[in-house]
Amino acid sequence: MLSVSSLQVGYGAIRAVHDVSLHLAEGELVTLLGANGAGKSSTLMCIAGAIRATAGVIQLDGEDVTSASPEAMLRKGVATVPETRDVFPDLTVMENLQLGAYIRRRDGEGVEQDRQRLFEMFPVLAERRDQPGGTLSGGEQQMLVIARALMARPRLLLLDEPSLGLAPTIVERIFEMIEGLKRSGLTILLVEQNASMALDIADRAYVLRLGGIAAEGTAAEIAAATDLKALYLSG
Amino acid sequence: MTAFLQFTIDVLSLGGAYALMALGLVIVYGILRLVNFAHGELIMVAGYAMYLASGSGLPWLVMAAFAVGMAILTGIATDYVAFRPVRAKSVTAVLITSFAFSTLVQNAALLFISPRPRNVPLPEVFSQTVEFAGVITPARNLITIAAALVLLALFSFVMRRSVIGIAMRAAATNFTMARMCGVPANLIISTAFAISGLLAGVVAMLWIGRIGAVVPGIGLEPLLIAFIATVIGGMRSLQGAVLGGFLLAFIDTTLNFTLPQDLLKFRDAFTFSLVILILLWRPEGLVKGPASGQRT
Repeated sequence: MLSVSSLQVGYGAIRAVHDVSLHLAEGELVTLLGANGAGKSSTLMCIAGAIRATAGVIQLDGEDVTSASPEAMLRKGVATVPETRDVFPDLTVMENLQLGAYIRRRDGEGVEQDRQRLFEMFPVLAERRDQPGGTLSGGEQQMLVIARALMARPRLLLLDEPSLGLAPTIVERIFEMIEGLKRSGLTILLVEQNASMALDIADRAYVLRLGGIAAEGTAAEIAAATDLKALYLSG
Repeated sequence: MTAFLQFTIDVLSLGGAYALMALGLVIVYGILRLVNFAHGELIMVAGYAMYLASGSGLPWLVMAAFAVGMAILTGIATDYVAFRPVRAKSVTAVLITSFAFSTLVQNAALLFISPRPRNVPLPEVFSQTVEFAGVITPARNLITIAAALVLLALFSFVMRRSVIGIAMRAAATNFTMARMCGVPANLIISTAFAISGLLAGVVAMLWIGRIGAVVPGIGLEPLLIAFIATVIGGMRSLQGAVLGGFLLAFIDTTLNFTLPQDLLKFRDAFTFSLVILILLWRPEGLVKGPASGQRT
């Protein structure tokens, strides 16, 4: 479904990603692991269209989307949940979700059904539906941004560090939910620092180091690799 | 009591115009993080559109609608000509192009029309006065209050209830995230400029109604007022812009009522001193805008 080859991303003189190639098949949950600054988020945001690749090719179902805008990527079915957990703080939970369904705004009934379904999935969001997003707790905000991304009915979900800064019990719930989304047929690219949890639910994994791919394989292979810790610690 | 009523009407009518000016500036600032220094030219364009339409013999309201339409088109054109080509570059580049566009439009008016004032048709009611409860006030003031109330209510309704309004509020806090929700960047920016043009067009009708003529530099004072009002109220907040507009009008009107005759010509010096005091107390303006927000 998605294929990235020899991707390069740079910010001015700094090159965050110098050579990343990866691919995702329909229905797969693939995780992108690595230490801080390894280039995981840059890779993800580049696929989302939020930052420009300086070199390399990104293809979605065979179509070149390397220089597609973020709004174009969403219309093509790629929804993004950034690491910064960007709820719109002044918008209510309902408004946040409504904006998530922006491209489906003519499909009032379908949007309403999805909202009901998401409210069943995240009852706390239903309780806080008229509260501004900025007043939610960290875990609730994470649920809101995931729910908002799902409102677009994406085919591919890009998740950046959903566990960041959350209490372990909440992280567990979020990961259960991600697993549920995978079972429902959604293709997911999951960027994580919490390698053990990500490897538990992923089909395959890539390990990034200093902006390049240091290892790749099935989740079991990567989990068994003894040099994984070394890869992390060195960089 | 009569004096109080007079004072209130003055504050509300002046404040209504100021608030609309400030709102037009801040709606673009909220999205682009950039003061559109060509905002005053939207008022000028509406004024000259009125002047050019004056020979047509059409009813005043039709001419006014045409003038407001021209201000909206010019607003959108500002984006296409001055902003879009350099938006991805640096903030400085966009700042300079907004000045350049302002100078260009002003000079076009100087060159093709005239540096001298041109008369603008005014409806009968603008020169009438109304008397009630012992207060005599120009009908224009009451029209300004009504127009400001209607536009502010409409604006607030659109921002809260329509999808595009919600998208604009979202884009003002996090433009990239709004785009990742599928909201097209250009739609949001063009809408912001169109709303800015609409508000400027209506302000132009009310503002020019005070003097009945238009000159190439007519936009400078409204731009300055709008800028100061947004600085007092908080650059990042729509409510702040409206509050700042009314507060500035309150300060101006209070000084008009209280300053002795020979000091009145220094009124702006007093106003700006108060503005400085307000800013020393609240450097970010009275109303804090939404958190975060990087320009893209």
